[in-house]
Amino acid sequence: MSLLNIRNLSLSIHGTPILKDVSFSIEEGQIHGLIGESGSGKSMTAYAAMQLLPYGSVCSGEITLNGRDVLNSSESELCQMRGNHVGMVFQEPMTALNPVQTIGQQVAETILIHEPDTSRTEATTRAAQALARCELPQDRFPLSRYPFEMSGGQKQRVVIAMAIALQPKLLIADEPTTALDVTTQAQILTLLERLVREDGMGMLLITHDLAVVSDVADHITIMRRGEVVEAAPTAQLFAELKHPYTQALFKASTHQPERDDQTHDTPLLSVRNVIRDYALPRKALFAPQEYFRALKGVSFDLHHGESLGLVGESGCGKSTLTHAILGLEETQGGTIELDGQPVFTNHKPNRAVRRRMQVVFQDPYSSFNPRHKVARLVAEPFHLHDNPPTGSAREDAVAHALTAVGLSPDDANKYIHEFSGGQRQRIAIARALILRPDLILLDEAVSALDVSIRAQILDLLAELSDTLNLSYLFISHDLSVVRSITDRVLVMKAGEIVEQGETEAVFTNPQHSYTKALIDAAPTLPKGPRHAA
Amino acid sequence: MRNLIIGLSLTAVFVAAALISFLWTPFDVTKFDIPNKLQAPGGAHIFGTDQFGRDIFSMIMVGARTSIAVAVVAVGIGMALGVPLGLAAAARRNTWADELIMRGNDLVFAFPSLVIAIMMTAVFGASALNAIIAIGIFNIPVFARLTRSAALSLWQRDYVMSARVAGKGPVLISVEHILPNITNLLIVQGTIQFSLGILAEAALSYIGLGAQPPLPSWGRMLAESQTLISLAPHLALFPGFAIVLTVLGLNLAGDGLRDLLDPKLREVRT
Repeated sequence: MSLLNIRNLSLSIHGTPILKDVSFSIEEGQIHGLIGESGSGKSMTAYAAMQLLPYGSVCSGEITLNGRDVLNSSESELCQMRGNHVGMVFQEPMTALNPVQTIGQQVAETILIHEPDTSRTEATTRAAQALARCELPQDRFPLSRYPFEMSGGQKQRVVIAMAIALQPKLLIADEPTTALDVTTQAQILTLLERLVREDGMGMLLITHDLAVVSDVADHITIMRRGEVVEAAPTAQLFAELKHPYTQALFKASTHQPERDDQTHDTPLLSVRNVIRDYALPRKALFAPQEYFRALKGVSFDLHHGESLGLVGESGCGKSTLTHAILGLEETQGGTIELDGQPVFTNHKPNRAVRRRMQVVFQDPYSSFNPRHKVARLVAEPFHLHDNPPTGSAREDAVAHALTAVGLSPDDANKYIHEFSGGQRQRIAIARALILRPDLILLDEAVSALDVSIRAQILDLLAELSDTLNLSYLFISHDLSVVRSITDRVLVMKAGEIVEQGETEAVFTNPQHSYTKALIDAAPTLPKGPRHAA
Repeated sequence: MRNLIIGLSLTAVFVAAALISFLWTPFDVTKFDIPNKLQAPGGAHIFGTDQFGRDIFSMIMVGARTSIAVAVVAVGIGMALGVPLGLAAAARRNTWADELIMRGNDLVFAFPSLVIAIMMTAVFGASALNAIIAIGIFNIPVFARLTRSAALSLWQRDYVMSARVAGKGPVLISVEHILPNITNLLIVQGTIQFSLGILAEAALSYIGLGAQPPLPSWGRMLAESQTLISLAPHLALFPGFAIVLTVLGLNLAGDGLRDLLDPKLREVRT
């Protein structure tokens, strides 16, 4: 008798089919990885198992959880089930916690809701135990802490403590580590695995990242467009890679774009001893102004035609450095020069220099003003020109940029909501290309994309750099992507560059302890069978 | 959707009444007709007549003109000054300029529009214009706050960042990227402030600080009906209904517009 058994589950929302004949089962003490790209229905499958579906959903098939028929249960029975038998961990720990309640209250609350007979003191004791099991010991993280006093990883531990406080039989974790840094991700995965093994829980681990599940899952189900395409024990799945889609997914995850090596030795961008201080809010009206030093004397060179990686965890100063290079904020010390020209002169950004650099951001959905047409969006950087092209010259430039990124010139008259995430990222690149810059800053430019789309965008970037002689500063937290597309890499920690060198050399033989920790923490894919590699 | 249709039709009726009153009213509202005073509704005077024999229906029509004019101009003043102030505060967030604008707003907000109106009457005398200015001033902080809070979240968007990379300054970004994306909010708030403006005008006229005779106004009609309420209740009834229905219509229209313009709410309703 399986813990969770899903048989021929089909789901439609407002008549649109979402899931088709999904079947799999989870045993006690088993970690089941559910993999798919966005829109594959992996989260909807989990929500169907808990019957937390949006209005207008129609389910058919059979779901049994711990021997109970879920689809034919009443709402009050389902409420009993959720929490008591199923715990859930979400992607975004920042929004999963109530910011005005202490962590102790929130964990105790889950216990009190489901077991109203428990006294408040007992609930608090159990909350403390649950938090301690999630490696938040009472002497360092008392129950009276508020979420804002904790880091992202610590918050996720609180969310996990809430999920396991009632010792559920099944734990559903929906992208539990996607919003976290690499080293934190590794710790959270280890924690989840330990809890599952200790309590004999079953766990459904939903993720888009093959490498994450390959380390921890016992069994993997791969979904595409609402259907299960392949399901097998982990080792067997990676050894065989039977289904073409699985092969494609595997290939895309380890994709290495082909690039010509045309790096010159002359520096294009040179950053010397850059210091950036942020004023902290004053503690009292006449208190002395205090500063936080986000960049502590950063120096590096980026050569013509080079692709330089910048790796570091959140809060290390990557974005601050990007803003400084782009001339959006003035630095408090040091120099930033592009081809010998300073980015800032006399406290004013230098337009001639800014024309030669552009940027592509992470989120394809917030990168565009929804009320403008693509032509206007792509042509926006022309504002940096003193005499921007008009009329047909402008149209030609837009058409040219769109063609360069693999879109059609006709797309110029569409609105941004008509495009998918991958297409939007192409438009973002077209916008960066329109001024024919020398340097493009890619700020986590492929992090929000599905692996197959990501592979295409990486190919596009490699091709553009070869044909247009572009240089890239590739900022990312994803080590495998940085490894596949950069020539050299900088490792940044707490506002300082702790290591730099040839990408392969740094990855195979890291010198600094922090680089080592990062590389060890990054999840890796197994080698896979010969025919797929 | 149903709210929007009901709300817009109610509003349309009163706007139409106000517009027609410029060209034609059943009777002249400035002429006394003492022999026909205090007639009950029905007959030639469908809403009856007041203590001077003036036609109530015609007075409601002309009163709609006063109410709508006062509310439109007052909301216009509030938007014209409040929105740029809010945009400026958001563009210069966390600086002394932001503090200055927002604390100034708090100061204005601290005075109810009625108190501002009384102050202005004490200085300049009672008139419809002073009522407009008093209600308009009261609207400035409403729009400034709304604009600032909405603009602040938009300033965090990547498209604003890429506009900055394209060398655009705060003014251009506010006009091109911020303002068009908050118009929905402003339209909805505008309809709500419009209904509040009508109420405020009625209240000011009721205490004699708004439109002055002979210009008819719903608020003053209510005030004048007070002493005759047991003798001729229709004198209070019709202007009261006019105020209630207009405000109701505008609020419903505001609600409906918000649902229509906010895609998130629209999904939930369908």
